[in-house]
Amino acid sequence: MTRQMTGAKMVVQALKDQGVDTVFGYPGGAVLPIYDEIFQQNGIRHFLVRHEQGAVHAAEGYARATGKPGVVLVTSGPGATNAVTGLTDALMDSIPIVVLTGQVPTFMIGSDAFQEADTVGITRPCTKHNWLVKDTDKLSGVIHEAFHVATSGRPGPVLVDIPKDVQFASGSYTEKAKAKVSHYQPQVKGDMETITQLVEAIENAERPIFYTGGGVINSGPGASQLLRELVEATGFPITSTLMGLGCYPASGKNWLGMLGMHGLYEANLAMHDCDLMINIGARFDDRITGRLDAFSPKSKKAHIDIDPSSINKVIKTDMPIIGDVGHVLEDVLKVWKARGRKVNREGLSKWWARIDEWRKVDCLKYKPSEKTIKPQHALDRLEALTKGRDRYICTEVGQHQMWAAQYLGFEDPNRWMTSGGLGTMGYGTPASIGVQVAHPDALVINVAGEASWLMNMQEMGTAVQYRLPVKQFILNNERLGMVRQWQELLHGERYSHSWSEALPDFVKLAEAFGAKGILCKDPADLDDAIMEMLDYDGPVIFDCLVEKHENCFPMIPSGEPHNKMLLGEASTKDAIGSKGAVMV
Amino acid sequence: MSPLKIKKGSTKHSAYNLRPTFSDVQETHTLAVLVDNEAGVLARVIGLFSGRGYNIDSLTVAEVDHEGGLSRITVVTTGTPQVIEQIKAQLGRIVPVHDVHDLTVEGGSVERELALIKVEGAGDKRVEALRLADIFRAQVVDSTLESFVFQITGTPEKVDAFADLMRPLGLAEIARTGVAALSRGI
Ligand SMILES: Cc1ncc(C[n+]2csc(CCOP(=O)(O)OP(=O)(O)O)c2C)c(N)n1
Ligand SMILES: [Mg+2]
Repeated sequence: MTRQMTGAKMVVQALKDQGVDTVFGYPGGAVLPIYDEIFQQNGIRHFLVRHEQGAVHAAEGYARATGKPGVVLVTSGPGATNAVTGLTDALMDSIPIVVLTGQVPTFMIGSDAFQEADTVGITRPCTKHNWLVKDTDKLSGVIHEAFHVATSGRPGPVLVDIPKDVQFASGSYTEKAKAKVSHYQPQVKGDMETITQLVEAIENAERPIFYTGGGVINSGPGASQLLRELVEATGFPITSTLMGLGCYPASGKNWLGMLGMHGLYEANLAMHDCDLMINIGARFDDRITGRLDAFSPKSKKAHIDIDPSSINKVIKTDMPIIGDVGHVLEDVLKVWKARGRKVNREGLSKWWARIDEWRKVDCLKYKPSEKTIKPQHALDRLEALTKGRDRYICTEVGQHQMWAAQYLGFEDPNRWMTSGGLGTMGYGTPASIGVQVAHPDALVINVAGEASWLMNMQEMGTAVQYRLPVKQFILNNERLGMVRQWQELLHGERYSHSWSEALPDFVKLAEAFGAKGILCKDPADLDDAIMEMLDYDGPVIFDCLVEKHENCFPMIPSGEPHNKMLLGEASTKDAIGSKGAVMV
Repeated sequence: MSPLKIKKGSTKHSAYNLRPTFSDVQETHTLAVLVDNEAGVLARVIGLFSGRGYNIDSLTVAEVDHEGGLSRITVVTTGTPQVIEQIKAQLGRIVPVHDVHDLTVEGGSVERELALIKVEGAGDKRVEALRLADIFRAQVVDSTLESFVFQITGTPEKVDAFADLMRPLGLAEIARTGVAALSRGI
């Protein structure tokens, strides 16, 4: 016999069947029946955010830190439109989240009813898929399908729009196991012929490199494990995109650091000069490739990706392998071992000798100062004082984000949450809340810029309400630093609107929220201040006043190839041509 | 065999032709896309084309399998080979899309379009219009003393040619269905 229940109860039941125990949300008229059901149960914890964008970023942080889908519940109209930035962010970075929105009753749809918005229309281009459910009998099946779509293949955000009458009406509940099997079943095993080709290339390459990305993390911890095994066994150098940090340990001897626009010198030059590039779960983003026609001109390229549309999108691939990273790496290792674990030792040792020369450039060195805190120094100290702890790092967007990627070391996957594809200022604070919810006893730090941080600072209220001891580590340069840097390099040092005249007193702000505030401006006090932050059992806003005009290097200017990196202030004059200036 | 009854594509990866295809040549391809017949599916397909800057030369859609709830979208598009491959891959990513076939590379296809063309006029022009319609095997489906409505089916080129001839003879209105296409053979 099928179980009859209201649509609202079905939502809660379906979430429980999916193993969900955490929801981030904000109520409103069109979701009240669901909130009423949430009130009457204990299996699911609901976290009340302060803005729907915060709910989505919190769910993203939760998803990245656990590998499980994040769940959001918001109301119709403004609730749904406020979720749009988070949905787009999750789509760009392939983060599995399920967003449930309330909608006006079916009989009022199309009448410009109060708080009506065409939610599925608005979110169609920023979700992997979305549904408007007009029939209570179908609701639980759709929710099960939504979880399937969000988490299979290349993960992403999905949205289910539920009119209020559908929540009130009764219908029959479909168990998870009995839900219609979706035809959406992306291929996970790679083509063995191409995998064998890749193994042959691995055996012969003189100058190989692993270029890894967020796909490794999305494939699960097992994929990172296999990657580490393959890297150690072959002895090849490895670099990663911003999204892939942690898939190979920063302390590993083959680690070249992050690549790309603000990537390390050795990583970018190795990408430029390699003869075999093995792209694992990365997508040749424009922040990585620089000028396309000069991108790694001498290499054969293999590309492992679960999404066929990533293959040959911008860079021509010689060995395309469509499949899940974990499955494909397992097969690569199996074939490579069976064929005798061969590599080109002679070629490799010459390659490492060249890489070691590049490493000597020490591209992350910076001029220390005793008067002001250099942002790089602040991160160096944060790294030193938190190394080895059970630590998760979130960031906002800007210079501080790049410095965090450069100066902090990530040893494991799922410990680094940053807005890569969309570059969403305001991501970090709510993301840190989502991470802390998932890992209540861990140390969760949001490395922030003061401007980004203000974009979702209301979420401090959430942190205080739920006693989430998130550490907001603000590198405060009183500037939209990254914008300022571009204006300096590209727009004749005309700093149009790239600073804030009236920043709040962050310590008082912390106190107003009921959190702890710490101000630090003297390098001599830095360690003690960081320790004070770490030792405090509760949320902290750390206002770290840093050098105001520091620029982020290395940098590949827009429109230039990898070997035209700028290493420091001296090299920046007229570095960007007029063609590069039109690019973002 | 796919639900479209079309043999799998020109490579062993079926719909995804992965040959390296970066070139500047503009090609026109006819794609057959089998989709779930559900609300919003056409908007997804059209949104993909507009959002990513692809061209739509022609687009038709109708349910083809009532029991299975499937519709067939035929879309004619123009782009470089790389863009065409991207379009196919991006279409394949849409969740309610079951199958994408490039009829242009997969062994050839027959393509037909239907048009209704209203021609207004009297005297010689009217006689000439009727004579040309006969040559093109267009049928008269409505007639007044001052007008005809012709129905013509054929390739888009044939419809173009007929419409061009009717222009000086009093072409007043034209309605076209867009292209329907099927692969040749079995
Ligand atoms: C929502 C949003 N608006 C605008 C931008 C453009 N933008 C990128 S970095 C940046 C400045 C960030 O300033 P801050 O957070 O203080 O970081 P800093 O670069 O100073 O470290 C801006 C405005 C963006 N990425 N996101
Ligand atoms: Mg700043």
